[in-house]
Amino acid sequence: MYYLGIDIGSLTCDAVLIDDSEKILASSVVPTGARNREAITRAADEVLRSACISEKEVTATVSTGYGRKRVEGRLTAVTEITCHARGIKALLPGTRLLIDIGGQDSKAIELDENGQVVDFAMNDKCAAGTGRFLEAMARALQVDIEVMSELDNGARGDLTISSMCTVFAESEVVSLIAEGLKVNEIVHGLNRSIASRTLSLIKRIIPDIAGFPIAMSGGVARNSGVVRAISNAMKSKVVIPPMPDTIGALGAALIARERYSHN
Amino acid sequence: MITAGIDLGSLSTKVLILEDDDILSTSILTTEEEGALVAKKAMDEAIKKAHISFEELKNIVSTGYGRRLVPFAKESKSEMLCHAKGSHWLFPKARTIIDVGAESSKAIRINEGGAVEDFAGNDKCAAGTGVFLDTMAKALEVPLEEIGQLSLEHKGKAQISSMCAVFAESEVVSHIHKGIPRNDILAGIHESIADRIFGMLNRIGMKNDVVMTGGVAKNIGMVRALEEKLGTKIYVSEYPQMIGALGAALIARNSK
Repeated sequence: MYYLGIDIGSLTCDAVLIDDSEKILASSVVPTGARNREAITRAADEVLRSACISEKEVTATVSTGYGRKRVEGRLTAVTEITCHARGIKALLPGTRLLIDIGGQDSKAIELDENGQVVDFAMNDKCAAGTGRFLEAMARALQVDIEVMSELDNGARGDLTISSMCTVFAESEVVSLIAEGLKVNEIVHGLNRSIASRTLSLIKRIIPDIAGFPIAMSGGVARNSGVVRAISNAMKSKVVIPPMPDTIGALGAALIARERYSHN
Repeated sequence: MITAGIDLGSLSTKVLILEDDDILSTSILTTEEEGALVAKKAMDEAIKKAHISFEELKNIVSTGYGRRLVPFAKESKSEMLCHAKGSHWLFPKARTIIDVGAESSKAIRINEGGAVEDFAGNDKCAAGTGVFLDTMAKALEVPLEEIGQLSLEHKGKAQISSMCAVFAESEVVSHIHKGIPRNDILAGIHESIADRIFGMLNRIGMKNDVVMTGGVAKNIGMVRALEEKLGTKIYVSEYPQMIGALGAALIARNSK
């Protein structure tokens, strides 16, 4: 028996296929684009094809993410918070704080010893501290978003980007370039700005994070510069699971298996 | 007595020269260089237009976010104070001032004498500012000067639910993809800013008459959207961008 989890985010649509022993058979990440349904079909087709399994063999599908209600033939739709918690419990058991930074939102999720959600804080009202912020800054710096991740390697200095707002930060970056600052110093400053934003989100639910095993998911977790800046700001190690963008979809697939066997 | 006010804003630098109750000249330059340099250029231009020499200026007051960068100003005053002063001088019945500039928006309540009673503002984020409108105009590929008029020629109104300029931009793009008419999208954009300003006015308690200042007051669509939202007439001078500089020049005159 096979179980499918689909996470329809604002920027990407992710799918994970597991079997009865909770083994991950395949995962995919495709751009969401303007048409949700096409992205859902593409993401699902991709995992089925790489696992050589036909659609009919899928026992149950659970959807999550902001477009979760768009998935047809689903067993149920579950919130991102629950799915992320379930996914990280499978990959990094013992995690007590999960930071998830995606394309258009950022979340801090506190978990108990059993991986159950205790509390969470979320920003989806403003682009500050999200993947969109990084994307806009990469554009202003005229560097590729993938390259940006490596740019603060070895960068020091305490350059601070004073604007939280993406639009204002973009002009700030342009003037910093004009002042002759090095690109890697600016990237370092931007990463620190995301880190401080993330830290204030965490502080809303956990005033003291000392001793908390911390993991990070979402597309931004693949950006090593941001991860390093967050680790430094929290004075704690941040562990990144394999394929951090598909934690929500993995959680959805695991929930599909659990709910199906319960019924 | 001749005095000058200089308003060094994030987008433009304004100078106004006043002789008693007459405005001798004004100048406006884009703040694209170092503050002190733009300030000097704008001042030189205003002096030339007024046919006076710099030495004839008895007092100079600066305002705006870069007010401390003006080397020749004798004093610097907050934008809030200068907008209150300038608006009260032009519209003695004004009790509420809405100032929307490039990177900030404010609501100011003043008393009969023009003194500030309460104030609310946003300069932390682009929501509800001129930059927000500029971003949307670019997404729609319409010149900024035309968006106000175009917004008035709408049939329906598109919903813009995001406050954040970045997210609102994506909303606008998806409205375009859906084939929603440009004018309807613009009407929605103006309404969303009006909602934001309405919230600020509620915090301070709005009183009539209402005056609007700042560059965004030149946008007729914005003024109409606000009038509709507030249910009251909004007074706008013919040079709303100069009100901060005017207030500064008036303060310069009175403190001499």
